[in-house]
Amino acid sequence: MNYTLINLFFKAGSALRRTARRSAAFARRLPRRIEDAVFRVFPWLAAIFTFGALLFLIGHILVNGVPYLRPSLFALEYNTENVSLLPALVTTVFMVLLSLLIAAPLGLFTAIYLVEYAKRGSRLVRLVRVTAETLSGIPSIVYGLFGSLFFVSWLGWGYSLLAGTFTLSIMILPLIMRTAEESLKAVPDTYREGSFGLGAGRLRTVFRIVLPAAAPGILAGVILAMGRIVGETAALIYTAGTVAQIPTSLLASGRTLAIHMYALSSEGLYTGQAYATAVVLLVLVVGINALSAALAKRIAKG
Amino acid sequence: MRNMLKFQLEDVQLWYNDFKALHGVTMDIEEKEITAFIGPSGCGKSTLLKCLNRMNDLVEGCHITGKLLLDGEDINATQDVNRLRRRVGMVFQKPNPFPMSIYDNIAFGPRTHGVTSRLKLDGIVEKALRDAAIWEETKDRLKKSALSLSGGQQQRLCIARALAVEPEVLLMDEPTSALDPISTSKIEELMADLKKKYTVVIVTHNMQQATRISDKTAFFLLGELIEYGETEQVFSMPRDQRCEDYITGRFG
Repeated sequence: MNYTLINLFFKAGSALRRTARRSAAFARRLPRRIEDAVFRVFPWLAAIFTFGALLFLIGHILVNGVPYLRPSLFALEYNTENVSLLPALVTTVFMVLLSLLIAAPLGLFTAIYLVEYAKRGSRLVRLVRVTAETLSGIPSIVYGLFGSLFFVSWLGWGYSLLAGTFTLSIMILPLIMRTAEESLKAVPDTYREGSFGLGAGRLRTVFRIVLPAAAPGILAGVILAMGRIVGETAALIYTAGTVAQIPTSLLASGRTLAIHMYALSSEGLYTGQAYATAVVLLVLVVGINALSAALAKRIAKG
Repeated sequence: MRNMLKFQLEDVQLWYNDFKALHGVTMDIEEKEITAFIGPSGCGKSTLLKCLNRMNDLVEGCHITGKLLLDGEDINATQDVNRLRRRVGMVFQKPNPFPMSIYDNIAFGPRTHGVTSRLKLDGIVEKALRDAAIWEETKDRLKKSALSLSGGQQQRLCIARALAVEPEVLLMDEPTSALDPISTSKIEELMADLKKKYTVVIVTHNMQQATRISDKTAFFLLGELIEYGETEQVFSMPRDQRCEDYITGRFG
């Protein structure tokens, strides 16, 4: 008797649940279908749009630029006949290397100090961090103006590779510092404990254990910084100048590829050559990315 | 015959900022024995273990008073912490091999302390791996990443790494809590061997483990040493009611 009663309750319960489910399904059927459709189509649209934009951009540059890629474009000397981009390419490489030479060690060692040596959460750490964040939010033309007033005029360096390099170094310093800091912080403390537990000092722990583990992340930051240098114009026009020859000294002016493009297209006479320059720039950036990815992989593998 | 005293602790008190984690611990730890620290979580046993090689230095706001002697030398007064940590090695709760090859993991310690000869390093690496009973499994893959080993192997690698600097003491902070039963029993067997040469202090949550492997057991509660004696005595007829309650599983 008891058993049948319980059974009855069960049956009633499941019947009730079934009806409830059915009515809920009915109430939802129409909007649900639309919902499904929207969420199936929308991501596809977004993906197609994003990818399409990139494809169009690259295609547009290639179509307009490749026909102008002539050997004369890579002449050692620039003149109005050949509109050679080689001096700009060389200047770009110099600019990248010199800026990294200054900013990478500075940023890396600052990050090491902040993460490994400074007291966590101390006032100095917070101050440096806020400063770096502020610096990374400043538009690059402001760096250009500062570089122009300080390095070019006040220090009397003139429009020069040096002035451009220093301006860019200040600009990419926070980027390198922050990414290095994040990668150092991401190294598990257990590595540090293990090293200290074996009687290794802090210096050895940092350089032998922590830095290798953080290297891929640090490298990623350096690559990002390279990208910013290669693409920068505003900060360079009034610091490194626009001379279209290979700079003969650190105090000589020179234009990077990005500035070369800017100059060509603003003159309006060599649009095709500007596109060709864009092709070279594109190849350079893709090359740097591929190289760094390969490098990071090798380091991560140990 | 009585063993020599390796550690002598007298009224050790420790604060993390305002929180008092150890309320005056006094105990002696004998040489070439396995001493187990047991007690519920947060009772201060790991904290005390870390006092023995000054790993608490890494914790900000940590403050210690009282006497801690290693072979009669004051641990907290020693200027050369690195030398202390070389003598008092440590194995951590979670296996923490460095992200480098098995060989380099073991060689890191000796290299730190100035061994550069390739031949010598080869010998040290082999001996350490043999002592930690992992040589057979790793001898053909010394150049492979240590992270490719299983969890149990990684922990034995960490033990080998600690042994490679020829310590006198091995501190183990719940070394098997992250491992499966088979790996655990391997490490327990290993410890029975280790005590012939080393003084071992182990923190464990596993009371069967303490009874299986340790000579002495210390029971902690809320930062105090409640009971300390021969393992057999502590587990069969504890003098303190709280210790008995814990061992019989009434709390913890």
